[in-house]
Amino acid sequence: MQRYFLTRVGQSLLLLIGVLVLVFFLVRITGDPARLMMPREASAAAVEAFREEMGFNRPLLVQFGDYFLGVLQGDFGRSLHFKSPALDLVLQRLPATVHLAATAILFAMLVGVPLGLVGGFNPGSAVDSVGRLLALLGQSIPNFWLGLLLMLLFAVRLGLLPSFGRDEWRSVILPAFVLGLPTMGQLVRLTRSAVLEVRGEDFIRTAHSKGLEPGIIYTKHVLRNVAIPLVSVIGVQFGYMLGGSIIIETVFAWPGIGQLLEQAIGWRDYPLVMAIAVFTSLAVLTINLLTDVAYAVIDPRIRYGH
Amino acid sequence: MSVLEVKDLVTKFYTLDGVVHAVNGVSFDLEEGETLAIVGESGSGKSVTMMSLLGLIPTPPGKIESGEAIFTTPEGSRDLLQMSVHDLRDVRGGQIGFVFQDPISTLNPILTIGEQIAETLTKHLSITREQARQRTIKLLSSVGIPDPELRYKSYPFQFSGGMRQRVVIAIAISCTPKIIIADEPTTALDVTVQAQIVELFRRLREDLGVAVIWITHDLGVVAGLADRVLVMYGGRVAEIAQVDDLYESPQHPYTVGLLGALPRIDARESRRLVSIQGSPPDLLIPLEHCPFAWRCEYAFERCWEEIPPLIPVAVRHQAACFYNLEEGRPRDVQ
Repeated sequence: MQRYFLTRVGQSLLLLIGVLVLVFFLVRITGDPARLMMPREASAAAVEAFREEMGFNRPLLVQFGDYFLGVLQGDFGRSLHFKSPALDLVLQRLPATVHLAATAILFAMLVGVPLGLVGGFNPGSAVDSVGRLLALLGQSIPNFWLGLLLMLLFAVRLGLLPSFGRDEWRSVILPAFVLGLPTMGQLVRLTRSAVLEVRGEDFIRTAHSKGLEPGIIYTKHVLRNVAIPLVSVIGVQFGYMLGGSIIIETVFAWPGIGQLLEQAIGWRDYPLVMAIAVFTSLAVLTINLLTDVAYAVIDPRIRYGH
Repeated sequence: MSVLEVKDLVTKFYTLDGVVHAVNGVSFDLEEGETLAIVGESGSGKSVTMMSLLGLIPTPPGKIESGEAIFTTPEGSRDLLQMSVHDLRDVRGGQIGFVFQDPISTLNPILTIGEQIAETLTKHLSITREQARQRTIKLLSSVGIPDPELRYKSYPFQFSGGMRQRVVIAIAISCTPKIIIADEPTTALDVTVQAQIVELFRRLREDLGVAVIWITHDLGVVAGLADRVLVMYGGRVAEIAQVDDLYESPQHPYTVGLLGALPRIDARESRRLVSIQGSPPDLLIPLEHCPFAWRCEYAFERCWEEIPPLIPVAVRHQAACFYNLEEGRPRDVQ
């Protein structure tokens, strides 16, 4: 277990270094970073001065070393637009994004998993049909469009919910619903098929042949095996949401990391874009690490490195 | 005394392709402490018969249409097919133990093997968890698993196929059942491991006095283990006899064909292995005649007109065939 965990941490660190290399060089591969970051109409002299100021005229490896050491010390560079440390800006927006992502994933789990369970245990039932329809809709409706429609209905027509911002507790309802819906759909389908698959396993027949009560068979033998694929999907989706959803945060003017990223790109604020990219990767890597740990807790085959 | 008497069991599966006539009136009885082998090719209804007895066939599509299965214990006789699901659960695992074919998939991969044995004990016996643990360790040791205290906490993937099958056997015998139903328990194992498992069964049968129903298509294993043999074909009993009688004087052409397909280590001269021509009957079609008639070289008019009942041919020996192989002519039966 310890070895497994340490291996995973090591792999995550390697990946993070890979991300830093990628982010750093991508900005420079496309051409002159000074030109990229300065407004189009900037004069040659201004660009030259900017290049000097940012140190872009130094050898590439020196620049990367500088950047890498900076990141290690928590220095992700300074935002060109805000003239302040990029990390502070990201951290400022973090609570809003975590708030939205956590609400969305919670909604997806609390609705998707039970619907999938009911469907898997009673395929063909009314609840199953409803669940499958919701899953199909959730996964196929474009979420910016759904966001706008819901805003029209609940905010404009009915006046029940705020249409933008994060000023009151109800603000999170619409964006979290829209953000969580595709994941909910995915969870319905995955849970349903996992239940059906596990119920057909030989070891479930064995459990029945032992005379166990159905309640015990379902909770002890079926559910734990169903949890294995669910954990991985929930982990991936949550990590993805923590990176901030550009579309949802923009549509609902949610002051999170996604919205910041959208703005940073517009301002050609590359140090900020890079900081968000690295931070997003960090979030995904952390969640993946936690997912792996959860995996190992549920499944002894992973715990013992089988 | 019979511990189990099955009469005219009929099980069908209502599938999208049509009605599968899986078991078409199977009758047999099982004496206390006896080992009955059920042989037959895939799809002959061996497993479905046994699953039907304990309500383990998936319903739907499966349905037990008729029949009875009288299970006799010191407490009295009951018809398994009439029992409520709730009461059946006390019989399953408690009075009738199961061993399945593939020990790789019959154990839950994420629970310890100790837990999988102990949960059977706590379900059927009124004992504490600690008592169940102690008894599980004894069981593990009685099925030949070394270091049972340590192995209690192991997971199935840490065991070899043969060891897993020992665990499954430990589950089957855990509550000292009257009957163990073993559904091809050695098919998925290496030959050497097969021999060990057969040996283990033989020992447990002596120690526990338990009756065994051994489903297989391996006639070699049957010869060394069974008291009687029941040959199934097309969801019916083709022949039932004591093991020596069956091997020495088979009375059904299908049994003759099965034995002819076996290699013999004691044969004086080499001979070709005989195969039975044709293929098993399509169970989607309800039959009005002998299911083996198509493949039978002795078939005559009557075989195409009625379904042969089980006809007594010798002491404790019955065959569902209108033809007398020994005399080379049709039998005189009504």
